[in-house]
Amino acid sequence: MNFNMIRYLLFRVVQITGLLMILPLVVAFIYKEYFCAEVFGIIIAACLIIGFAGGYKKPKNQAIYAREGFVVTALTWITISLIGALPFQLTGVTKSYVDALFETISGLTTTGSTILSDVEMYYSVQFWRCFTHWIGGMGVLVFILAIMPMAGGYSMHIMRAESPGPSVGKFVPKVRETAKILYSIYFGITILQTVCLLFTGLNAYEALTATFATVGTGGFGINNAGIGGFGYASQVVITVFMIICGINFSVYYYLITKRPKEAFNNDEVKLYLALMFGSATLIAFMIYKQGATATPLESFHHSLFTVASVMTTTGFATLDFNTWPQLARTLLACLMLTGACAGSTGGGFKLSRFLILIRAMKNELTYIVHPKSVKKVYMDGNPVDQSVVKSVSAYLSMYVVIFILSTLLISIDEFDYETNFTAVAATLNNIGPGLSMVGPTGNFGAYSDLSKFVLMFDMLAGRLELLPMLILFSPKNWTKR
Amino acid sequence: MQIIIVGCGNVGAALTEQLSGEGHDVTVIEQKKDVIQSVVNNFDVMGIVGNGASYMVMRDAGIEYADLMIAVTGNDELNLLCCLIARKAGHCNTIARVKNPIYKKEISFIKEELGLSLVVNPEELAANEAAKLLKFPAATSIETFAGGRAEIVHMTVDESSRICNKSLREIQGEIKSKVLIAVVQRADEVSIPNGDFVLRANDELTIVGASRNIAEFFRKIGLPTTRVHSAMIIGGGSTGYYLADQLISFGIDVKLFERDLERCKRLSDLLPQALIINADGTDKDALMEEGLVGTEAFVAMTSLDEENIMLSMYVKSQNPKAKLITKVHRVNYGEIIGSLQIGSIIYPKNITAQRIVQYVRGMSNSMGNNSIEALYKMNDGRVEALEFFVPENSPVIGKPLSDMHLKKGVLVSLINRKGEIISPKGSSEIQAEDTVIIITSQVGLLDIADILEK
Repeated sequence: MNFNMIRYLLFRVVQITGLLMILPLVVAFIYKEYFCAEVFGIIIAACLIIGFAGGYKKPKNQAIYAREGFVVTALTWITISLIGALPFQLTGVTKSYVDALFETISGLTTTGSTILSDVEMYYSVQFWRCFTHWIGGMGVLVFILAIMPMAGGYSMHIMRAESPGPSVGKFVPKVRETAKILYSIYFGITILQTVCLLFTGLNAYEALTATFATVGTGGFGINNAGIGGFGYASQVVITVFMIICGINFSVYYYLITKRPKEAFNNDEVKLYLALMFGSATLIAFMIYKQGATATPLESFHHSLFTVASVMTTTGFATLDFNTWPQLARTLLACLMLTGACAGSTGGGFKLSRFLILIRAMKNELTYIVHPKSVKKVYMDGNPVDQSVVKSVSAYLSMYVVIFILSTLLISIDEFDYETNFTAVAATLNNIGPGLSMVGPTGNFGAYSDLSKFVLMFDMLAGRLELLPMLILFSPKNWTKR
Repeated sequence: MQIIIVGCGNVGAALTEQLSGEGHDVTVIEQKKDVIQSVVNNFDVMGIVGNGASYMVMRDAGIEYADLMIAVTGNDELNLLCCLIARKAGHCNTIARVKNPIYKKEISFIKEELGLSLVVNPEELAANEAAKLLKFPAATSIETFAGGRAEIVHMTVDESSRICNKSLREIQGEIKSKVLIAVVQRADEVSIPNGDFVLRANDELTIVGASRNIAEFFRKIGLPTTRVHSAMIIGGGSTGYYLADQLISFGIDVKLFERDLERCKRLSDLLPQALIINADGTDKDALMEEGLVGTEAFVAMTSLDEENIMLSMYVKSQNPKAKLITKVHRVNYGEIIGSLQIGSIIYPKNITAQRIVQYVRGMSNSMGNNSIEALYKMNDGRVEALEFFVPENSPVIGKPLSDMHLKKGVLVSLINRKGEIISPKGSSEIQAEDTVIIITSQVGLLDIADILEK
């Protein structure tokens, strides 16, 4: 383990966290919240000084291998969360530091679960809360890779540890250029959505915060009524951008570089769109029959919004889907588990993993009937390597184990099964609200501190795709090499 | 530059490391998945698994935007096909590795018709290197600069030599030579010496100067400057063949050992003047019988590194005066092999990679990225020799060297002024349009201005 390099990167992260807080500081000045400005100012100064002092000396040995990549990723996210929680606690928005931490981790991992029953607070703190979604959406280390030159090819280990999906590729030969492309696309989408929202009549603050929460597929709202408080036009814009952000960013890269054939030859995206519109139609039919909405079009609008919100793991709500028919609720719970596409800002298990698993399952069945048959799993018309299939199966096992253990642990708090099950599902998949007590109108505030820690672990594990967190907590990886 | 490398064997891997380290955008195409895996993990490059001669694969690698395609698989025909497809699919320059002697005879036709920019043949390059060393046996390795007029020569100090146990200043006083002892490696330590540095036995020296001055220096310290008269070559592969062919044309007696009888017959067809011996090179009796003790040079060129090294060590014990050349494919253990003191070591993959990298630098210069004309890595990559072109209005012009604030570990070792080779002293000045050879332990100099302390 190259502790020196890990130290160097972490202090860099502290520095960057400080720089990121300049934005809410500006907001505090705009809204004349001088108390908050003071809090942000002190934190920024502390971060910059500590970061500069600790990251001053660049280590000679910059070698980062797979395990350093994983450990540094996990530690980075924990570090940012610890610092990011300070504004909530110091301004008195949350009652305890644990609550503040839960809120920050929920923001950074783009989950959107909250422990607050009243989310209307200081503008600047509110802004920071939504901004954490945007930071976490693309990943902090990818950002660092984009701006910091690193020796050798070591950066790939970091990129692989932080990026979602069963296999991570590069668009262009250099990791740094790839990171830049990803961030440019991310910036582009952010600006586009903000402009669209401004046109639908939101003010700049509302438009920006809603955009952060959408493109990061997070789901924090800025008022208690949630997105339901916005007009239809804004809701439609948000729906469209949720869907856009749930698609693998490589599709956009191919479109920009005028390679439509490669862009559209993507099984995962096809499945994503089919599932999205199929379930939306089905649920629209059900809620129209139930009488929750007045016209069929309105039903479809709300149902598509909800399905997009759940599938991309954003977690916005226009209506309280907790009151919808049982089949619709169960369908939504299933969609929570599938998640969005790999390589997007969305969370969850990722559709590409499901596709690989289902196709491997089909091959396995063929194999039982024809024991001598040799068959490969195909994705996008290309054979998938056996090692990828194996890692996806392993991922599923880890996922299930973490899921069951977490559900068991939080059951200590004596809530009903549906609440606990969906609470874990909503945090491990970075969605936000679950069903029953943690549904769109409820919150996670009632859980004990122990459960909150379990759910925080789930959120981080879900965002970083399990491995970094598991490797961080296995002591044998900490030995000196 | 955008560079595509097809084939990631020995040469491909060395190229990938070198070119990605110099900041080029490198994409590697290779059929073996695990090779790609390790390349992508170790270097900042893109890897594509597939057949480089396939148009689809080439397009995935971005052939449309590539500036250069280098085909270095082990298969000549595949390499040529890659180049052909790359030419047609994109607008890039192409480099192919071609080793079959049959194609070698038609190489100018092939180059012309397929539009190749450069054809490299690792076996032939290795043979050229060996031949160069046999022409000048006192050196352990030779690099030529400035169109052959200047050389960087490595040699080992012998206990009985005139220069042993003397400081550089004393040597200069005694010999009055116009060459520069630029780098001394003692065991594992590499240093750029000053006048008080005292040379010891087994120090490895790097000497820079005009070719004729170097020859003079060697003569004055009592080392042979004429070529060897007889050589034993073990291993009649392509490299062995190329080497024998060249040596015969210089008039050197060649004994070529080859284990395989069929190959021997073929070799005797190709090389009627050589003495082909059908025997195992590791057979002590056969070596003795053919005059191992009397030979002036011994070249171990079998396909097995271990065998070559063992052979050279054995010959050193039996015939310490012979010039030894050992071919080694794996570079990983360079330091250990160097410490064995078995004369010159030839790494075909490094020579090939170096040749290609030189071409890439030239291309890169003409695209205006930097002003390095040539670069050689020495002493296991710890010291670099760089040839720079000095542009007008460069900050190094018109000042005596002794007044310049040079960075630590930077040595201006040679100035080439329109063909005149100058070994610089403290009072020498650099002029515009000179080419200058810098020897440095600072890695990553890109421009002549970089030698100055900021």
